[in-house]
Amino acid sequence: MYMFQRIKRFNPFRDTLQKTRDTVFSRMTGLFTEQVIDDALWEELEELLIRADVGVDISLDIVQNLQVRVAREHLTQARDLEMALRDELLDLLGGADTEGLRHHAPMTSIMMVGVNGVGKTTSIAKLTRYLQEQKKSVIIAAGDTFRAAAVEQLSIWGERLGVTVIRQTSSADPGAVVYDAMQAGLARGAEYVIIDTAGRLHTKFNLMEELKKVQRVAQKVDPTAIHEVLLVLDATSGQNALEQTRVFGEAVGVTGVILTKLDGTAKGGVAFAIRRRLKVPIKFVGTGEKVQDFAPFDAQQFVSALFNV
Amino acid sequence: MFETLTDRLQGVFDKIRAKGKLTEPDVQEAMKEVRRALLEADVNFKVVKEFVAKVTERSVGADVLQALRPDQQVIKIVNEQLIEMLGEQAHLDFASASPAVIMLVGLQGSGKTTTSAKLAHFLRKKGQSPLLVAADVYRPAAIDQLVTLGKQLNIPVYAESPASKPLDICRNAIKEAREHGNSVVILDTAGRLHIDDSMMDEVAAIRMALQVNEVLLIADAMTGQESVRVAEEFNARLPLSGLILTKMDGDAKGGAALSIRAVTDIPIKFISTGEKTDALEPFYPDRLASRILGMGDVLTLIEKAEETMDRAQAEAMEKKLRTNSFTLEDFLAQLQQIKKMGSLSSLVEMMGMRSMLKQSGVEGEIDERPLKQVEAIINSMTLKERRDPQLLNGSRKRRIAKGSGTTVQDVNQLLIQFREMQQMMKQLTSGKMGKMMARMMGTKR
Repeated sequence: MYMFQRIKRFNPFRDTLQKTRDTVFSRMTGLFTEQVIDDALWEELEELLIRADVGVDISLDIVQNLQVRVAREHLTQARDLEMALRDELLDLLGGADTEGLRHHAPMTSIMMVGVNGVGKTTSIAKLTRYLQEQKKSVIIAAGDTFRAAAVEQLSIWGERLGVTVIRQTSSADPGAVVYDAMQAGLARGAEYVIIDTAGRLHTKFNLMEELKKVQRVAQKVDPTAIHEVLLVLDATSGQNALEQTRVFGEAVGVTGVILTKLDGTAKGGVAFAIRRRLKVPIKFVGTGEKVQDFAPFDAQQFVSALFNV
Repeated sequence: MFETLTDRLQGVFDKIRAKGKLTEPDVQEAMKEVRRALLEADVNFKVVKEFVAKVTERSVGADVLQALRPDQQVIKIVNEQLIEMLGEQAHLDFASASPAVIMLVGLQGSGKTTTSAKLAHFLRKKGQSPLLVAADVYRPAAIDQLVTLGKQLNIPVYAESPASKPLDICRNAIKEAREHGNSVVILDTAGRLHIDDSMMDEVAAIRMALQVNEVLLIADAMTGQESVRVAEEFNARLPLSGLILTKMDGDAKGGAALSIRAVTDIPIKFISTGEKTDALEPFYPDRLASRILGMGDVLTLIEKAEETMDRAQAEAMEKKLRTNSFTLEDFLAQLQQIKKMGSLSSLVEMMGMRSMLKQSGVEGEIDERPLKQVEAIINSMTLKERRDPQLLNGSRKRRIAKGSGTTVQDVNQLLIQFREMQQMMKQLTSGKMGKMMARMMGTKR
């Protein structure tokens, strides 16, 4: 009864989403071999979307838009619907182009934010390696001074990657660490400074205020900071991810999302609502615990890999 | 976005004339909204389907009670069904094992390590002597994290080098516990995917080899549709004896809990409501039901029901509200609720409140400062302080003032106003004041 493929994927996107494809959307392609476009088909489609965490509203929108298209273009074959669905999904993601990482000379400051347990620290390691592969110099600020051994965790990554991690004593003020790191970064000619922050629920007023303060401290060193605020979201989350994006966005201005843990069975369908409703681009995806399990978000691949191309 | 289910159902039933019974078409319309509300709360699709079927069955032909309008009637049925499906508070089951062994499992980032520490703390308060075991050898500094937490709590932690195998670590730890007389061993395992064969094998092997009394799944309250699959997989491999839902101090509705419970029958044993080590609470099905449904819905229900209840029933209701003892914690929850609902409508409500207060002769004014500042003050209090403001002495107030960026006078003023509100709560009647009070109360505590 219990049969699952061993996960040994690192690298692309496509491999990871293969797993996704084998579940929700392979049922979907099964759906499209049906001849007739009828009510049952629409219901099944809606179900599949909701089960992918796309959310009730967006799922309904998609189905309605497709119904309009079917009427307008006189589509009769379910196969044509597959193409239309693909277009719809791509459109929701803002088209094929992915917004890249912002860049600012001499040093781009990146702040990683998010609720507890989403994968901020691991994502920092991954992003660092990604930048190193492009021959960029990186410095890291161990700004999570709250969680037990958070600084240690980041320091281990720093060692593995050969990157300086600026840290202070545990329970130091995060602002102080950031200030230090920004100064150190500029002094050493680092091209990127990546700031780790403690995980925090968006519902905690004073923690969100603390985040704003960190941003202000960074601005003392560089008035144009922070150039990139990356919100890390867990692909297994449900609709709360939207609220997280909204609140973090209001607090510190989120410029991009890293969607993590796509190697699980969750589909990350919440990405559509985030892009469409909140206009926040997905910039990267995390597809495993290894440092190379990381890639820039590719909307077309994300959607294509969900179908039999 | 935060329109309550009640509001939506009202819209549905507005079109229908008052009837003696709920007819099937009426109920079908209402069920669309119920379905939507539950899906938005992340309840699993399949579970929602079954749930709606059950509620439909109970609703069609149900008498529309005199006290309740059709929409209220449906809410009442939905609430009852939720509570029923969530099951009862379940307790940790040690039997006479010595030492008792509790294993925590779950996805990455669900909160296992923090919960291990909390559990140890909780058990020690109950007179147990726990030993924490650092069995996550994969994540960098995972062992350090648990060791640090153990030091903070003064609870022993068994750890080996990350080169050791988790099964050996657990085995050795239990041996050590036996030698040192620890009554309970808590195994903190690594986060793992339910579809990762080798990792699932590892944890199944630990359970098989050692006498594990409790296998608890640690699940994040914000988990979406996949919660069922995750729980089913873990349950198939282990099986699980209980669930702890974490990060409930956020605003995720926690529909995952209902999903997991409904499909696997795994009882919910605790909920975790914060990062501090005392933030572990027993699970109350009615509270979680309220949360999944949306507080406002249950409140409106109570409120409407009060309208035509007879004296005896009103007194019973009053006592219930009274003995739930409205605390600063509840006040904070209400503030957060208000923030989400949109400040304008709530401030109007609050202002309406104020004229009510004047009418009833209460001197104090409702706090006019921005809700945010009030929130900051309460947030700077510890959980104990929020529940029992009597604890607040000078030095605590100074700490709170400092932490919230306010003054001790501000803190005092809030406390005065809050005490007045508590007084009013006690004078609850079934009149208009009672209704306003009921509206103020965000949580049934």
